[in-house]
Amino acid sequence: MSMTPEATDRRSISVTVNGQRHDVDVETRLTLADCLRHRLGLTGTHLGCEHGVCGACTVLVNGNTARSCLMLAVQADGAEIATVEGIASENGEWHPLQKAFHEHHALQCGFCTAGILTSMVEFLQENPDPDEPEVREALSGNICRCTGYQGIVQAVLDAARRLRSPNQESSS
Amino acid sequence: MSEGLIGTPVRRLEDAALLTGTARFVDDIEIPGMLECAFVRSPHPHAVIRSINSSAAMELPGVHAVFSYADLAPLLTKNLIPPDNPNLEFAETTKAIVLAEDEVCYVGEIVAIVLADSRYVAEDALTLVEVDYEILPAVSDCRDAIAPDAPRVHRHASNNVVAEFRTEFGDCHAAFANAAHVFNLSLKQHRGSGHPIEGRGIVIEFDAANDGLTAWSSTQGAHRVRNSLVDIFGLDETRVRAATPDVGGGFGSKHIVYPEEVIASGAALLHRCSVKWIEDRREHFLAAIQERDQYWDVEVATDTEGRLMGIRGSMIHDQGAYTLLGFNVPHNASLAVPGPYVLPNYQLDVTIATTNRVGTIPVRGAGYPEGTFTMERIMDLVADELGMGRDEVRRRNLISADMIPYELPLRARDGSTTQYESGDYPACLQKALDGSDFANFPERQAQARNEGRYIGIGLANCTKITGRGPFETGIVRIGPSGQITVHTGAMPMGQGIKTAYAQICADQFGVDPGNVKVIAGDTGTVPMGIGGFGSRQTVTAGSSIHLASIEVREKALKTAAHMLEVSEQDLELSDGEISVKGVPELSVSLSDVAKALSGAVGYPRPKDVPPGLEATVNFLPTGLTYGNGVHVVEVHVDIGTGGVEITRYVVVNDSGRLINPLIAEGQIIGGVAHGIGNSLFEWMGYDETGQPVTTTFAEYLLPTAPVVPNIEIIHHETPSTVNPLGVKGVGEAGVIPAAPAIMSAIEDALKPFGVRISETPISPPQLIQLIQKAQAKH
Repeated sequence: MSMTPEATDRRSISVTVNGQRHDVDVETRLTLADCLRHRLGLTGTHLGCEHGVCGACTVLVNGNTARSCLMLAVQADGAEIATVEGIASENGEWHPLQKAFHEHHALQCGFCTAGILTSMVEFLQENPDPDEPEVREALSGNICRCTGYQGIVQAVLDAARRLRSPNQESSS
Repeated sequence: MSEGLIGTPVRRLEDAALLTGTARFVDDIEIPGMLECAFVRSPHPHAVIRSINSSAAMELPGVHAVFSYADLAPLLTKNLIPPDNPNLEFAETTKAIVLAEDEVCYVGEIVAIVLADSRYVAEDALTLVEVDYEILPAVSDCRDAIAPDAPRVHRHASNNVVAEFRTEFGDCHAAFANAAHVFNLSLKQHRGSGHPIEGRGIVIEFDAANDGLTAWSSTQGAHRVRNSLVDIFGLDETRVRAATPDVGGGFGSKHIVYPEEVIASGAALLHRCSVKWIEDRREHFLAAIQERDQYWDVEVATDTEGRLMGIRGSMIHDQGAYTLLGFNVPHNASLAVPGPYVLPNYQLDVTIATTNRVGTIPVRGAGYPEGTFTMERIMDLVADELGMGRDEVRRRNLISADMIPYELPLRARDGSTTQYESGDYPACLQKALDGSDFANFPERQAQARNEGRYIGIGLANCTKITGRGPFETGIVRIGPSGQITVHTGAMPMGQGIKTAYAQICADQFGVDPGNVKVIAGDTGTVPMGIGGFGSRQTVTAGSSIHLASIEVREKALKTAAHMLEVSEQDLELSDGEISVKGVPELSVSLSDVAKALSGAVGYPRPKDVPPGLEATVNFLPTGLTYGNGVHVVEVHVDIGTGGVEITRYVVVNDSGRLINPLIAEGQIIGGVAHGIGNSLFEWMGYDETGQPVTTTFAEYLLPTAPVVPNIEIIHHETPSTVNPLGVKGVGEAGVIPAAPAIMSAIEDALKPFGVRISETPISPPQLIQLIQKAQAKH
């Protein structure tokens, strides 16, 4: 594939990321991941494979998970996006998933963690009371090379409990 | 000594940044004016480069430079990446080079580098660099490579044998002559790449004032990067600093200094600008190291009771196109065979073959999985042939507790003796059998078979060399602010060792580990360092940090005694305060002590205490330390699909004294998952010409959450006797006996068919074939 003039086509887009609106001028071929990371400085979203399998780059677009490596920034024009930087509450208190991940040693190198957290935010909204096989199935689109998933599964189950009864610190 | 923190599951200090997206990995680093790069790579397994024409690429807007060997050569002291072991003798033609002069020997080998405004533009330019190749015959399979008439991997080589060696002790000839039984076994063992989810990458920050550079590398060895760049470019240490940001996993993939790192550094020096290289996954598949193929042909001699009398045979190891590190993998594999068993006679002839594939070096486990696989497959074979239980044959052959310390008649790579200094292998086996309800499995199996389900149980033992020296520095320093810092050349790649080091240090000062800052993997703060591999860092750096912390504590007490005008014996240190026992108001803080020792004009210095509240220790282990483990696995095999479901997984692990059980368990479980990948999923395919055929995660499968079971861990803690903490390495422990335990379980499940498994990994279609083949025989 040789360089064509289209490769440098640009568009102005507007995206709301973690509640903050950004107007950016981007090449049409810029991926959403690169836009978030390098144009908006939100480097918490990571790229593990750039072909849509590992799930590290998962973000929420209008509340639904999306692989930001397979989506162009221009496709997100007008969208509401949530990244790992935005899942804690506004006063900085960690999301129950973040707390449970820390408690259950659900991360080692932490490179895949952002995509797992965003995937699980969506999953627990859809299924607030999952059993272990359901959690493992929901995690099947995210690859973690370090943990063997055990801590992650425990953390997600624990976070689900915390979300169902917010006053309960941890039932582990 | 206070033991408050050692052995407690402190939650990791690393987590907060990683959970909130504020960690800093190499691709997160931005330097003003920095260019990005991409590499022109050979699409051919073997070719001569006739010419390189970059003029069309240079015309592309945003492209700043295209450099090939001719451009970079003037900067290089020689076109060679210094080998790990300078004394090693091997085929000259396979020495690791910086970049191709006129011949490429594997798909992905670098021909040129493109510097551009962005990676997007750099990749556009790759397609415009015209390279005229003359394609040469290639050799893909290491068994074919050693045939006398095989095409040469390097066109000027006389053959494809990199080196040959023999590992032996005892007298196999006599043992086999006197044996009651002799059985033989042929095994094909394959391990792919480490595949950390963060790929490789480097940011070269060009320092114009110093005509030098800072290399921010996602590496397992910052000092190795610094030392190599110094060597290759003929610079001095003041002009090169290597430092690691957060590293997103290593597993061996980031152990060596890669051509990409050197070429990007050379381009930065030549173009006098900062340069970033962040690989994509395809580059990782093409050009990151793998562990790959070994072909074993062995025979075993036993007495009438199934006791080992000898093992002998040969092994061919696929080294790939270049010798990037040494012979660690085949060497370790040969050393790992005896494992925890009494093996009186042993002889293995190893042939290391070069092939037109990317180079191989250790992936997590480093040859120990292969040696262990061989021995454990032998154990199962002997049990089946003699009609003995697979647990019983192992029990009969294990080194008993009263034989420890046990000296193997083998020399380690550094020439040191091989001594299992502590451990209780029979106790570990028994714990594993009890913990997995092994004895009652046949009942469950019979019931399942009645229901038409094929379930099986398997087991495997291993030992693992850990704590390889020579040393790792530990510097403990308390500044005038009272902040305690630890500096070490050891390298975190995600394990959580900063937390473990903080625990070891905080333990001496009665403070929360969160009050200790650990700075690791920066040549700017520690002059020497070796790096993260070989399950070595808690043993080496941990011990140094422990000893340095004690030294600083003693220094603080001595100084405080002077300041408070009391005897040292009357002082106690807790929560960072040193006070007179029983008189808490008579106290000084560590900050006060640090200020006193940093020297104020006119202030009386404490006598006999050198300046600075700090200590540097390079602990030298007196020997290697050996961990051991037993895995028991239950599987269900679907004979219709060949699918294997792991239904239970029990691990008994002895890694000596545990600093942080939470982190140690994380290492073991992660290792087991890696071992499951090696057993059932991870296959790095090449076609017969040497063209890689699995270059995405859709083709090369990593284990996912539904296929990795919960791992039940039973700890057995036998403190090591060769370091002050009593620790043994744990980073690779989980991976080593996984494959033989899983294969043992699959064979057990398929016993009605008489299936024998002699390779890793084993896929569902392969299993179906084995079942059909076995059925045809009956």
